[in-house]
Amino acid sequence: MTPRQRLWFFAVAAAGLVACYLWAFAGLPGFGSYPGPYGQEILRQAVAQTHATGVVSAVNFEYRGFDTVGEEFILFAAAAGMSVVLRRLREERATQPADEAESRTVPPSSGAVRVAALLLVGPTAVLGWWLASHAQASPSGGFQGGVILASAFILIYLSGEFLTFRRLSPVALLDAVEAVGAGGFVAIGLAAIAMNLPYLDNYLPLGTIPGAVSSSGTIALISFFVGIEVAAAFVLIVGELLDQTLLRRRSA
Amino acid sequence: MISAGLMNTLQITVLAGVAAGATVVVRTRTRVRQVLALSVYGVLLAILFLVFQAPDVTLSELTVGAVVLPIILLLAIAKVRKPDQ
Amino acid sequence: MGIFPFLVVVWIVVVGLYGIVTSRDLIHQIVCLIVVQSSTYVLLLGVGYVTGGAAPYFFDIPLHTKAVDPVVQALALTDVVVEAAVTALLLSFAVQAHKRFGTLDPAELAEFKG
Repeated sequence: MTPRQRLWFFAVAAAGLVACYLWAFAGLPGFGSYPGPYGQEILRQAVAQTHATGVVSAVNFEYRGFDTVGEEFILFAAAAGMSVVLRRLREERATQPADEAESRTVPPSSGAVRVAALLLVGPTAVLGWWLASHAQASPSGGFQGGVILASAFILIYLSGEFLTFRRLSPVALLDAVEAVGAGGFVAIGLAAIAMNLPYLDNYLPLGTIPGAVSSSGTIALISFFVGIEVAAAFVLIVGELLDQTLLRRRSA
Repeated sequence: MISAGLMNTLQITVLAGVAAGATVVVRTRTRVRQVLALSVYGVLLAILFLVFQAPDVTLSELTVGAVVLPIILLLAIAKVRKPDQ
Repeated sequence: MGIFPFLVVVWIVVVGLYGIVTSRDLIHQIVCLIVVQSSTYVLLLGVGYVTGGAAPYFFDIPLHTKAVDPVVQALALTDVVVEAAVTALLLSFAVQAHKRFGTLDPAELAEFKG
């Protein structure tokens, strides 16, 4: 099929798609007038039921906790799948001598970038950790805290300290941390089953003050586990791709 | 508090910016420039989520779109480019 | 204002698909896929928005102020992070294809049978 034919085919298909979309949107109640009973009901009950003032995190880890387990395992599978796909490539190059980056010449990056990145590593790590452990209060939670924590490691790489980055993120440790995170989430749910409660029920003491660190039962704990799992997964992903670039330059 | 009219204008502006940003990202054919355009698009999206009263999603989108996605894209590009590029 | 955000969603989807269809580079296709995915976030948040509503966090505002829908925010939030990881997996496939076949042009890649 020539490109022009493909473009015409796409135009026809896109016209059909747009028509279906517009038909669907004509049935919506219009932007801003959301009638949905589920959301409004959750807003009414969430703080009283879970003692968590961050309703989005309460929805994520309590009301729809089962969906979050699935999403977390998508992340886990993607990171593991990357390791599998890219490790097979490395076997193809096993004949090349592999000295692990000690004699690698580091291309100099600009001074401003390095200083800025170095200065930001500490605050970013603290911010990520704080976000991952305070899911129940302000806009925070495991997913965004974990990504920010991973970006602290990436900043180490950006500041030119590749060897430090490699030393701080050995693959075995990252695999273990990721497994602990994912398994911890599932284990919390299974512990609920062991107590004759429904899976992922909120069985820990709810605390007295809504929004305090020790409140909201399992939500804070689950958010912490999700945070470390997401951080480990993203550091693994970036590390894998980094290794790929190194491999090519060594063998070129 | 921001009046309803001002919030409306803000939302319309940012939505138009997001639509324009998507077009720019798709139309850029050079790899590295497209990654830069994607970064800017990510920040625009984050502003849109903020204006839609969703700070959690803003945080995620900001980190993912401005740090993680450009890094993995640039690493993949560095891996596949020819030695003279 | 009633339907404008949803028109933007349709526009983003069509533009992204156009980029995927007319692309000559696998990495360009992956970036266009990211654009298409971002349209779903806008759609989710657009559906759940309540005019005059605040963000659904009640640690500094009184308990029953009008707020936007928290369920779609939870969905969009996990969506953003997870699809970054899936994009990374796609990129690793592209890297492997380049190693095997030496090219990233989808038209040329389609001619290789296995």
